[in-house]
Amino acid sequence: MRHTISILVENKFGVLSRISGLFSGRGYNIESLSVGETIDPNVSTMTIVTSGDDWIVEQINKQLNKLIDVIKVVDMTELDHVEREMVMIKVSPRQEDKAEVLRIADIFRGRIVDSSPKTYTIEVTGNEKKIEAFVELLKPMGIKEFVRTGKIAISREGVKKP
Amino acid sequence: MKMTGSEILLESLKKEGVKHLFGYPGGVVLNIFDLLYDEKELQLILTRHEQGAVHAADGYARATGKVGVALVTSGPGATNTVTGIATAAMDSIPLVVITGQVPTMLIGNDAFQEADIVGITRPCTKYNFLVKNVNDLALTIKEAFHIANTGRPGPVLIDLPKDVTTSKAEFHWPDHVKIRSYNPTYEGNKYMITQAAHMIAKAKKPLIIAGGGVISSDAAKELREFAELTDLPVTMTMMGLGGFPGSHKLSLGMLGMHGTYYANKAVQDSDLLIAIGMRFDDRVTGKIDAFAPNAKIIHIDIDPTSIRKNVRVDLPIVGDVRRVLTVMNKVIHEEVKEPWAEVRKSWVKQIDVWKKERPMTYDRDADVIKPQYVIEKIHELTKGDAIIATEVGQNQMWAAQFYKYDKPRTWLSSGGLGTMGYGLPAAIGAQLAFPNKLVIDIAGDGSIQMNIQELATAVINKLPVKVAILNNRCLGMVRQWQELFFQERYSHTKLDDTVPDFVKVAEAYSAVGLRATKKSEVEPVLKEAFSVKRPVFMDFVIDCAEKVYPMVPAGAAIDQMLFREEEKKLEKKLKAVK
Repeated sequence: MRHTISILVENKFGVLSRISGLFSGRGYNIESLSVGETIDPNVSTMTIVTSGDDWIVEQINKQLNKLIDVIKVVDMTELDHVEREMVMIKVSPRQEDKAEVLRIADIFRGRIVDSSPKTYTIEVTGNEKKIEAFVELLKPMGIKEFVRTGKIAISREGVKKP
Repeated sequence: MKMTGSEILLESLKKEGVKHLFGYPGGVVLNIFDLLYDEKELQLILTRHEQGAVHAADGYARATGKVGVALVTSGPGATNTVTGIATAAMDSIPLVVITGQVPTMLIGNDAFQEADIVGITRPCTKYNFLVKNVNDLALTIKEAFHIANTGRPGPVLIDLPKDVTTSKAEFHWPDHVKIRSYNPTYEGNKYMITQAAHMIAKAKKPLIIAGGGVISSDAAKELREFAELTDLPVTMTMMGLGGFPGSHKLSLGMLGMHGTYYANKAVQDSDLLIAIGMRFDDRVTGKIDAFAPNAKIIHIDIDPTSIRKNVRVDLPIVGDVRRVLTVMNKVIHEEVKEPWAEVRKSWVKQIDVWKKERPMTYDRDADVIKPQYVIEKIHELTKGDAIIATEVGQNQMWAAQFYKYDKPRTWLSSGGLGTMGYGLPAAIGAQLAFPNKLVIDIAGDGSIQMNIQELATAVINKLPVKVAILNNRCLGMVRQWQELFFQERYSHTKLDDTVPDFVKVAEAYSAVGLRATKKSEVEPVLKEAFSVKRPVFMDFVIDCAEKVYPMVPAGAAIDQMLFREEEKKLEKKLKAVK
């Protein structure tokens, strides 16, 4: 099963390598990863999407906690939470598809962040399913470039944290 | 007053109570070594290889319980420490390894003798530091010792660029250290401990498996009290030897791949295992699905990741072994009153049957020197009052099987990593800590050659370590596997004529060299070696066909054992196991 794990870490050099080294060294996989500073510049949040059975995910959580630079580990999957990722897609549609591209972007509340005579660059945020649906619809339109962030997640308020 | 980084380093080490460090000089640590030239309180032992320095610090740490310290230069000096660091990491041994580094402005430039040692050692240290500013140095050293020697101990590396050793800062030694993201759990949950006590009371065939955690938390006394209080038989992992007296009537010796018949039988028949400070290594469990099929498992360990890593656990207790056992003993005293001797009677009797059925044995009547005979003689002549270091392979297993370790910190052996070449430098470290103790390295002719140069370290520092080389002229453990599982195809395990004359080698290093080729010479050689106050190589020319038994083939359950007395029937038995 897939798990979204949120990790608070000391914002020091080498921390990313300690975390990614833990995953590669022990044979756990990382499906997506995103890192960013928190309000406190000494602390970063890493959001890692990984998969494994309960046995493995329990080990991943414990191994992460064991790392000296890790302050806190929360398995978001166990909580009610909101997940988001973002894509930016550069499409070069045929003349007759241009209106359709804009319509799809509109439906997904995408924003056109760049346009040229031949291309549109569309930014969309959402959960994984939404992003995937959006990409599927745009595929026939001619995707020229595609970038996607890792997932970030935050717990919903009023939910007791473990 | 301002001090240079080098001065801060040495002052900090003194504040940490360090008396001895092991090391090797080089370009970027020259400033530190220059200070050591006049230093009175700190003694640096010059080894002949950086790997030897780290193993020596490791042996020192295992024998004393203090943090072992090594100091080496950058590049190759640093990379040479990696095996030593990984050895300590696998066995949870507290070390602080200080490596020189090229000046900060050159880092990343592929400078002369530059290696990214922080990157290289990240997966084999408990933590590591690159000190970029001399103002951080004192705190970094304080943190390094704190991390190395608290929680589950382990090696910590400090990488020290040359310019940091020369630039100046005020020296402030922090009184205490607090790392917000590092808070090991020491106290076990009282409710869980009480539950465990009741499980033990209910169990019909309970068994303790004691590991290295008993030794690192100094819990031998508490473990003994616990076992005696409730008449609980105890088996030990290799790392746990000495954690419970080997000659105690409740001791079953070592379990696992080369464990005793009765220990492995007891595990498989047990209905409750109390695993204390051990991590269910594959050499202990054998085939994991077939391990202890009837047992519930209580697992006490300070490291939560050890719990439920390899085996299912019915009752986990995270905490320091000594503190948990102290509470456990109190709970049993106060709350769980059973007529223990009566309750355990049939289980203890069953174990006695197994003990008699297949005791640890070898061909005692053989004319040739049997390695087990040498080990037994060492035990007899030292009355068990020696510190034994080992190399890795058959020598290590025989030393584990045929010497009874009654006290903790008298058995120094590379368990997790299985590092050949560990024993001699480790013995040197232990001898430095205990100058008046008899320290013996039990070695093979293969292993001893991996760090044989450290004999010079022993000689020059007047450290009278004794090395008993069980010389079978081959890489015995690998050969044993080739004989049993590879149709006697002895690929690259025969050393034969290439084994050096160890007596001459010893003499060339100004040590004493002795040889025994007959059984009758074993005792005189040992007696002479133990009576001289100099390092000695003893070359015991042993039977090269001798194997380590019992043996659990890889992938078999731990009660599917091969025995010496069935050697002729082995082929059939091996097929059955597969």
